Amino acid sequence: MTRPLIEVRDVGRVFRVRSGLLGQPKRVVAVDGVSLALMPGEVMGVVGESGCGKSTLAKIILGLLEPSEGEVLIDGRKLSGMGRRERAQLIQPVFQDPFSSLNPRRRVRDIVALPLAAQGGISSAEVKSRVDRMLERVGLDPSMGERLPAQLSGGQRQRVAIARALVMRPRIVVCDEPTSALDVSVQAQILNLLAELRREFGLSYLFISHNLAVVEHVASEVAVMYLGRIVERNDAESLFRDPRHPYTKALLASVLTPEPGLGIPETGLGETMPDPANVPPGCRFHPRCPVAIERCAQETPSTQKGDSGLVECHLAAPA
Amino acid sequence: MSALLEVEDLEISFGALDAVRGASLEVRRGETHCLVGESGCGKSVTALAVMGLLPSNGARRAKRLAFDGKDILGLDEKGMSRLRGDRMAMIFQEPMTSLNPAYTVGSQMAEVLIRHRGASKRAALDRAAELLARVRITSPGMRLGQYPHQLSGGLRQRVMIAMALMCDPELLIADEPTTALDVTVQAQILRLLADLQKDLGLAILLITHDLGVVARTAHRVSVMYAGEVVESSPVDRLFHRPMHPYTRGLLSCVPVPGKIRRDQPLGSIPGMVPHVTRGFEGCAFRQRCPLTRPDCAGPIERRHPDPDRDYLCQIAPNEMAAP
Repeated sequence: MTRPLIEVRDVGRVFRVRSGLLGQPKRVVAVDGVSLALMPGEVMGVVGESGCGKSTLAKIILGLLEPSEGEVLIDGRKLSGMGRRERAQLIQPVFQDPFSSLNPRRRVRDIVALPLAAQGGISSAEVKSRVDRMLERVGLDPSMGERLPAQLSGGQRQRVAIARALVMRPRIVVCDEPTSALDVSVQAQILNLLAELRREFGLSYLFISHNLAVVEHVASEVAVMYLGRIVERNDAESLFRDPRHPYTKALLASVLTPEPGLGIPETGLGETMPDPANVPPGCRFHPRCPVAIERCAQETPSTQKGDSGLVECHLAAPA
Repeated sequence: MSALLEVEDLEISFGALDAVRGASLEVRRGETHCLVGESGCGKSVTALAVMGLLPSNGARRAKRLAFDGKDILGLDEKGMSRLRGDRMAMIFQEPMTSLNPAYTVGSQMAEVLIRHRGASKRAALDRAAELLARVRITSPGMRLGQYPHQLSGGLRQRVMIAMALMCDPELLIADEPTTALDVTVQAQILRLLADLQKDLGLAILLITHDLGVVARTAHRVSVMYAGEVVESSPVDRLFHRPMHPYTRGLLSCVPVPGKIRRDQPLGSIPGMVPHVTRGFEGCAFRQRCPLTRPDCAGPIERRHPDPDRDYLCQIAPNEMAAP
């Protein structure tokens, strides 16, 4: 059997947040008992709304945040025991806002070269040629290398971020809302580029997004997160065709496809918003769930595994 | 019956930059008119110009700008501020643009009615509570005493909508009202706006970059590109038979669940929006357009494939292949 490139085992992360000067510190459970595996060549989409823990999970997988519990294995090796250089050769990030993730005072060329320079042992001529090739590959003229990020458009900046991620030839790229700040026409350019690069370099992606239409387009497998937990997971085709968890159903129903005449969907969710500082007892989705029964408020649903997917709900069977 | 809001040949400039170049549109009573386009196309400044809220370095000219049949182009600041918040109201993407963090929800909502209608504090607060309930906020009495930061994003958006409705406006201008919200909350807010429109006969000018929002909410759509309305149409025909090559390109960029396959590239528009400065001539889309031809650099004709549609392009309807 092939080994997963990323294996997340029962990972949790708790933050202590103090509200106000004299407030009691609160326990914010951002990620709670999450397990997942990304196989080589796959694209795992992680979807969920703000505060569901998807970005915290991404930071843990990138080694930017320590998990409070559980462990992450990258290519079979423990992330916690891995050095920065080794990690950088395996896994690289592309973040949402290319403006804040690129150093504004450095030229594009130096930004892309930084991971190579950090590795050391590569001649400057070699660095230059690799940077030029990578800029060209992501659709930027090498002359752009002399510019500063502020002199580029949002789409160009995201291309720089992608070039920086790929210049080390990693095997995994973690994309955290890579197109959320972009216009639709630019989003399409970037998504197409990411798809080409994946095939060309044999990459695997962990693709985090709140946009379900985008995830359906790019992902081979999808995990739906709610208040820190994966409440449903399945291969993308099955999950979008046959969602089981009431939250997944509501999320899918909320997607406004560009089809006139269909009107605005009724989600049935009510106005209670999920609060990671105050996770409800029982099923964490029950205060918003349109089909919740008494049991849902008392008993935490266990993870049920089916043929291809898993789901955490008293009222749903896994696919 | 004439439209509630009429904008004809609106031009907005900031120094040498022409942000809007001859935009025309009409919003009818009880109708949602979506103004759609990508960043920098001029859709938000168009809305601000209608409200008389352009920043001081922006200049506005128009052939006609009328509300309820009456010219508002010549109104002074005093006249405009009487209209704003009263007969026409505006809501923004970020509710904190219009909510004051230092005042309770109740006091800033009441202020609107006290200022415009000379209502008593008591009556104004009653009206505020009634509207909070109307935008489906539970326990409105408690919310009146809260500060904006104590509310979630979706609740703040509801409060802002309720505040905009204090004086029973006829026109609501909504600039990306759901862009910062999660999808489930977005659906709830858009549904609320649609219900309010049905109940109150509101005319809504909705500014958005999201074609899904357009398809589901609009009666009529104006597509903006580089400061011009390049296409205007009833919503169903715009999606079923887009005419302008930019509209066509934009529609092909959107991943539609169930319609596009994984590993198949999305449509995309090559290149970037050009910088349009004074003296620009021809079609601003020509460098990115798959159908471009030499006469696109000259004056562009506005064409009318149906009586209630128009688009700005050199290519005639019968020369335009089905998309």
